[in-house]
Amino acid sequence: MTTLGGKAIIKAQVLTGGRGKAGAIRAVSSVEEAESAASEILSMSVKGFPVKQVLVAEMLDIRAEYYAGITVDREIKSVVSIVSAAGGMDIEEIAAKEPEKIRRFVMSGVTDSNTGEALAEWLSESFQNQALIEQAVPTVENMYLLFREKDCSLVEVNPLAVTVHGKLVAADAKIVFDDNGVVRHPDIERLRNPEEYTADELEARQTGLSFVSLSGQIGCMVNGAGLAMATMDVIKSLGGSAANFLDVGGSSNPQKVVSAMQILSRNKNLKVILVNIFGGITRCDDVAQGILKARQEHRINVPIVIRLIGTNEEKGSKMLREAGLSVTRRMTDAVRDAVECSKGRQ
Amino acid sequence: MLKGETVTVSILVDKQTKVIVQGITGRDGSFHTRAMLDYGTQVVGGVTPGKGGQKVDTLDVFDNVKDAVGHTGARCSVVFVPAAFAPDAIREAAENGITLIVCITEGIPVLDMVDLYHELKDRSVRLIGPNCPGIISPGKCKVGIMPDHVHKTGGIGVISRSGTLTYEVVYDMSEKNLGQSTCVGIGGDPIVGTSYIDLLEMFENDDQTDAIVLIGEIGGEAEEKAASFINKSVSKKIVAFISGRSAPPGKRMGHAGAIISSGKGGAEAKVNALREAGVVVVDRPDQIAEALLAADSGRPMPMPNPLDSLGGNAGVT
Repeated sequence: MTTLGGKAIIKAQVLTGGRGKAGAIRAVSSVEEAESAASEILSMSVKGFPVKQVLVAEMLDIRAEYYAGITVDREIKSVVSIVSAAGGMDIEEIAAKEPEKIRRFVMSGVTDSNTGEALAEWLSESFQNQALIEQAVPTVENMYLLFREKDCSLVEVNPLAVTVHGKLVAADAKIVFDDNGVVRHPDIERLRNPEEYTADELEARQTGLSFVSLSGQIGCMVNGAGLAMATMDVIKSLGGSAANFLDVGGSSNPQKVVSAMQILSRNKNLKVILVNIFGGITRCDDVAQGILKARQEHRINVPIVIRLIGTNEEKGSKMLREAGLSVTRRMTDAVRDAVECSKGRQ
Repeated sequence: MLKGETVTVSILVDKQTKVIVQGITGRDGSFHTRAMLDYGTQVVGGVTPGKGGQKVDTLDVFDNVKDAVGHTGARCSVVFVPAAFAPDAIREAAENGITLIVCITEGIPVLDMVDLYHELKDRSVRLIGPNCPGIISPGKCKVGIMPDHVHKTGGIGVISRSGTLTYEVVYDMSEKNLGQSTCVGIGGDPIVGTSYIDLLEMFENDDQTDAIVLIGEIGGEAEEKAASFINKSVSKKIVAFISGRSAPPGKRMGHAGAIISSGKGGAEAKVNALREAGVVVVDRPDQIAEALLAADSGRPMPMPNPLDSLGGNAGVT
């Protein structure tokens, strides 16, 4: 507090936005105030994320707030820098309120000295004042270097604040890393925060399953992300609701299926499990073996609706039928059965 | 083959296409090499650095693409190389005479693809993928990993960002006797070598294709771009399905795309854009076949005028 000049800002450190509105960012002007604000914030949750850490930061006298971001523009297949003279709120909000202030500059493929000049010229339109431009150029350049060095998908400084003394300060920042790039950055992998995921999502990740928790009653196990999403859509279009997104992946190690079934069956809201497999590399008999093993090893109290088609389909279906389970070949039929089940048990 | 059958050429690949497999000695590479050979694809060799001189099945393995191309005359390559090495494998193919590269590999970092995309742009090379099931022209050639038995020859061109969902749709179409001219998986990654637009243009100009199925999903705005292209330049009937209409916002949604396009990227925007372009967008995969069979689709089945060609090679990147 002393080194910060007797005043400070206490900020909740959670992986979500809207902290200010939730009261999780407080200005304080004494050690006592700082202690009580910090302990209050530490007992809060912001959008369901419990606050475990606070940051004690310098209190700035802010004159203006800008937005600066680096991201990949999928349509032009390039890294772009985005700057807005309106900052401090979500970029989506800026886009809605002051879209004319959002400007883009293509960064990729240009790493020579000309970039610096072109970037300065581009930034001058947003920052106008020469002293600010001189600070903004290295700021954006460094953000770009970080973006490339650490395989980011977003580096955002918001607000990029101008103090009353004319100093440009990164008052807050957000970085999103490319999931495909993390493998080459063990330092970033170590930063992974388990609180970002539900317990089920964490276990699924360890098992090599792609899983997202949702709020419905039909547990889904599907092979392939596109088919998994489409299965959720068909559930919705037939009047049901999915409890999760789950892609068991291309190869169907029976143990993966067991883990998937186990994760699904723990969900208290669950009324039915829907298995939708289109076998290609995935073999239907492997999936069937996994389902049967899961039923033996774990208590599964809900009905299981199974759709199996493709590689080794006859073998898989036979195994399941002999165990008293019913199997269908059509996705829409299976989804309809699952939706009926989910309603019948309500 | 029937006697007197004329040789028909489909888009991208056909019976004459000579294919090499990069990563042929790997588990997936060797498995799918066999499957492609069984389908009748002219797989003529493979590449795995350090394993030149070995054999996979009946095929020679070379140390590099240059040797493989020199010995086999292949112009098409399918890449099964792990993500860490796949960009270099694609680069090597592009630099050594391969003009069509199909990259199956999943997990390539997006920044690698940004750099690669711009490198390839200036060469006469087409990249399909990455993270895609590949290309199949039923009855002629398969360069990829799709279960070929679900396919049937016919006149429907299929373009998709997904793998298994495409198999689902194709299976249903084939059961209802709607065969396919060519099916292309363009890949599920944020940055892919070939877009919907490139393929829409090819299918529009392909006289073996009567109608087109477009399978999209949430994220980015490739479907919106396709819609405006369709509006101006495609006269053939198109039926579309967009997956992820029930996916919650914020989860797995491409944040970058949402920022830049302000309001674009969700499923509804894609559905609306396609509908405005006259495309029939259905709610379930099994309605695609129905919509193709329906005589009245809201979009007239046109008589393509050969003089009305789209011209140039705007789609070739």
